[in-house]
Amino acid sequence: MCGIAGLFIKDKALEPQLGALLAQMTSTLCGRGPDSAGFAIYGAERPGTIKITVQGTDATDFAALAADLGRAIGAEVTFAPHWTHAVLFVPREKTEIAESWIDTRADIALVSKGARLEIFKEVGYPDDVAAKFGIPAMAGSHGIAHTRMATESAVTTDGAHPFSTGADQCLVHNGSLSNHASLRRELLADGIRIRTQNDSEVAAGYISRELRAGKTLGQALEHSLGDLDGFFTFVIGTEDGFGVLRDPIACKPAMMAETDQYVAFASEYKSLTGLPGIKTARVWEPKPAQSYFWEHA
Amino acid sequence: MTTFDLETKTVRDLNAALHRLPLTGSAAPFQILNPNGEHSIAVGVDADVEIAIDGPVGYFCGGMCRQARITIDGNAGQGVGENMESGLIHVKGDASQSAGATGRGGLLLIEGNASARCGISMKGVDIVVKGDIGHLSGFMAQTGRMVVFGEAGESLGDSLYEARLYVRGPVASLGADCIAKEMRDTHRAELYDLLTAAGEAGRVDVGEFTRYGSARQLYTFHVDNAGAY
Repeated sequence: MCGIAGLFIKDKALEPQLGALLAQMTSTLCGRGPDSAGFAIYGAERPGTIKITVQGTDATDFAALAADLGRAIGAEVTFAPHWTHAVLFVPREKTEIAESWIDTRADIALVSKGARLEIFKEVGYPDDVAAKFGIPAMAGSHGIAHTRMATESAVTTDGAHPFSTGADQCLVHNGSLSNHASLRRELLADGIRIRTQNDSEVAAGYISRELRAGKTLGQALEHSLGDLDGFFTFVIGTEDGFGVLRDPIACKPAMMAETDQYVAFASEYKSLTGLPGIKTARVWEPKPAQSYFWEHA
Repeated sequence: MTTFDLETKTVRDLNAALHRLPLTGSAAPFQILNPNGEHSIAVGVDADVEIAIDGPVGYFCGGMCRQARITIDGNAGQGVGENMESGLIHVKGDASQSAGATGRGGLLLIEGNASARCGISMKGVDIVVKGDIGHLSGFMAQTGRMVVFGEAGESLGDSLYEARLYVRGPVASLGADCIAKEMRDTHRAELYDLLTAAGEAGRVDVGEFTRYGSARQLYTFHVDNAGAY
């Protein structure tokens, strides 16, 4: 089943409330996906640094981890812990060496990297997951969220969404893909890093490959209609943008709302009811096989 | 008048109250406040009652109802009026997918658009949509009438049985075995009756509609296959 939500803020005055609004939207989707939850937050950039979000456990000593990483790459690494995850702030020119070092550590996994993107996802009831990560206190320009009812892979943190397969890129998915195994092989051959057996990560990787080839988000979404086989409603985040796509059959639900302050997406209208000005918002159901995207200028 | 505020009471409380209404004789009207997109509002009602819902609803609103006359002052989520048996459901906004699915009777009136699979497998319900309908509408529709003032999406009436579809605007494509058919006097008369029920008689010209129905060429219609039963 799964529930997905996304919020793209147009009015900067609303940015401090991004996490609170997104957590509230996600809360109404617990029934659609009670086994795991995840949040992607596009927060403030720190010039000269890249954010690498890693997943450990609630016992991981992230201070020691940041110090070890700093020694390994010969630069200072600061960090912000959030329950089982931490955001590591790494000098931009050290990104690759830091990633390689993280890959050698069996006790942590890389969840996302980017100038602005941070991803937090865990197994558990979505309201609890949001509270433990402190999502409601987070600020940002846009964010996407997912509540999972697993179908195509196990109930693990690895199987939770959002998936990130490129810097500042992420995707959440409601549905299931039929051709993910063959597409995964194709993407791996094209140099896209795919870390799990999850079908949705393949969709994320597909979009990353298309963006890498120079397509815009809108073009990448349109192109995917010819290559992805299965049921899907996707919400995709990039550093400046936010996109939505439904497959041509459109079994999976989707509602959108737009005001002068934001564009919002949710699996169900109920999830939008707590947003400011929703009663006078333009509310519509995105059409099948039509890509929708917004970008910050 | 019975007022139910869904900010303070649950859908289950509401539906239990509606299910307690007597099967015969008319009941005092219900007003439902703050529906906030909740699912399954006013399902399975079997009573002569007016139900006014003050805002948008989630899935399956008015499903399986008999007799009741339900007005939704907002949009409706998927499956509004699914398997309704009689009475009226009037959506003032848009309806999501599978509106009126498997409906057996009564009238589902949608002021705005309906999305995919409107009237899928309908079995006697009448559906009037004043806007457009999405793809695969009228899929395997068995009996009943569907009237669309605007456009129809792809594969209209795929594998249709005996339902009659009247569409005023363009149709993106017809599904398997669905064809345009002649409008005879009986069809103009029944369309006029449906427009009257929708409050549009005299404002919308029956001559602007095309009737679509089954070409009766699929397996079920071949007499050679009768021996299989």
